[in-house]
Amino acid sequence: MAEVALRNIVKTFDRTPAVAGIDLDIADREFVVLVGPSGCGKTTTLRMIAGLEEATSGEIYIGDQLVNDVPPKDRDIAMVFQNYALYPHMTVYENMSFGLRLKKFPKPEIKDRVENAARILDITNLLDRRPKQLSGGQRQRVAMGRAIVRNPKVFLFDEPLSNLDAKLRVQMRMEIKKVHQKVTTTTVYVTHDQVEAMTLADRVVVMNGGKIEQIGSPNEVYHQPKTRFVAGFIGSPAMNFLPCRLAGGNGEGLSVRLSDKLSFPVPADRGGRYASHVGRELVFGLRPEDIIENRGSLPPGRAAFSAQLDVVEPMGMETMVYFLVDGTEVCGRVNPAAAGKPGETMPLVADLNHMHLIDPQTDQVL
Amino acid sequence: MTTATAQIGTTQQRRVRTGSISRGRKRALYWSYFFLVLFVIFFLMPPIYMFITSLKTSAEIGAVTNPWWVYNPTLQNYIDLLTQAQFLTFFRNSALVAVIVVSVTMVISVLAAFSLARMKFWGSGTLATGVFLTYLIPESLLFIPLFKIFAFVHDLTGIELINHWWVLVFLYPTLTVPFATWIMIGYFSSIPKELDEAALIDGAGYLQILTKIFIPVALPGIIAATIFTFTVSWANFLYPLAFTTSADQLVLPVGIVTTLIKGDVYNWGQIMTGALLGAAPPLIIYAFLMDYYIAGLTAGATKG
Repeated sequence: MAEVALRNIVKTFDRTPAVAGIDLDIADREFVVLVGPSGCGKTTTLRMIAGLEEATSGEIYIGDQLVNDVPPKDRDIAMVFQNYALYPHMTVYENMSFGLRLKKFPKPEIKDRVENAARILDITNLLDRRPKQLSGGQRQRVAMGRAIVRNPKVFLFDEPLSNLDAKLRVQMRMEIKKVHQKVTTTTVYVTHDQVEAMTLADRVVVMNGGKIEQIGSPNEVYHQPKTRFVAGFIGSPAMNFLPCRLAGGNGEGLSVRLSDKLSFPVPADRGGRYASHVGRELVFGLRPEDIIENRGSLPPGRAAFSAQLDVVEPMGMETMVYFLVDGTEVCGRVNPAAAGKPGETMPLVADLNHMHLIDPQTDQVL
Repeated sequence: MTTATAQIGTTQQRRVRTGSISRGRKRALYWSYFFLVLFVIFFLMPPIYMFITSLKTSAEIGAVTNPWWVYNPTLQNYIDLLTQAQFLTFFRNSALVAVIVVSVTMVISVLAAFSLARMKFWGSGTLATGVFLTYLIPESLLFIPLFKIFAFVHDLTGIELINHWWVLVFLYPTLTVPFATWIMIGYFSSIPKELDEAALIDGAGYLQILTKIFIPVALPGIIAATIFTFTVSWANFLYPLAFTTSADQLVLPVGIVTTLIKGDVYNWGQIMTGALLGAAPPLIIYAFLMDYYIAGLTAGATKG
């Protein structure tokens, strides 16, 4: 049970910066997910918290203690690795109790703790097996069990689900969430999968190029992205980005011109926010679910248009439609019953209440 | 679905094809048996000949009869050798040298390999290559400089290193340590890095990581290195020939040759018997450790 704090953490490998100055405060019992593309420094950050990597500069605190020079074993942390890292020559019981045995815990207590963790993870019947006799999901549970028995201050997860197949991944994701609800411990979780980040996190830390792009709740990073990177990285399929020009301003409302034929009015409540950018070339961002079929009535903030469909992807509960706006592919998410066929012109509606405008010079969302 | 229908359509064709595959496989098997039997005959001929000769009297060996048949089998050669104090001394010397060299080599090379494979320190890569290069220098090049070194040590300290069986304990590791270290570096490097990181977080120190994780996990490699080291120290001929001369200091390979050949009189029966008895310990050790070796290999080979 402890807070974790990073103060201006920098890590360079042979003069290549992997982490370029990170500040992060993680509250006690909080579940924080570091998410970003590969090479963004998220794993390096986690390994620095674990003590497996030394920070080039900056300070790392666990609890109130500055741990920069504390070896991993004295940081009171537990880590779950991507490839599980189970000791192949030990049984599940021995794997889980290894840390406690090294710390010379009394045998009855070791037994209690292992059995308790095994109960939480539902692996009591596997305790005598060896890792090679287990399935991927079971190994993952054992790896988590090894972390739980230690009763550490902080759990660290390094892409723990990326070795599992898609179905099992969804299942284990829920397991991890359940475990965190039962064993509330400060958790830092690294993943490149934004769905995992959204579903698990109390707070999501989006990283890119060794820096933090945004910290916020899953809903914040989804609905109020601060940068173009966050807007594009979170959400699947990704947000549509189109070059646009912000027009208007004299008396009437603002509008974004996407092409000669297509321009959308900006909702009135956004007017103040965008007023200073009138006349500029910007990037217009809109998520696929905000481009839907035309249902007839138009609530405020929505604009109707039609487009010739390029590709149509039925997904079952919804259908993805792709069309071109001035050469840029745009994705919409429509009701399967309403979806047209490729080549057809389909009436669509854009929900501009959820639009974003991005400054192409700074990549900041306005 | 489409593949299923496609299969039904081509059943005829498929049967023909599997037939040819199994026929091809059969032919390949015949040929491999043929060559394997050929190899077995080729490689077993000398030991069988040794065994046959060891059961013959000197008179029968000298006589013009079928060399592949024993007309008057006798165990006299075995009885003579095993009751001869000298032969037992060779055996004892060989055994002591082998056991000590194996122990010393394994301790040094496991520790060296662990540090070279895992503790990334300045120059560790160069050192690892250096270790291997050392192994490439043939022993026949080394024994003359070694004589010089021995003379130097004698001048300096007064300790006489030549003509003692125990000096082999210092010599053999020059051959065995580099190779065993090299094998172990390979094995240790194949252990995923996360395993020692997990142990590190679990609270293990480097020595505990070595003894509790690396040695058990790399046991097949350690056994392979042990077998190699034992073979080298048991069978080496050049160093004992060069550095030991007194009959009570000789090891088996040199002992048999120097004491059983008197001038131009070759006591073939006893030479063959001695060679067979000398080959027995490695054979037993191989047979015993190979089981472990293969068990270890297959345990690592299945996924996980």
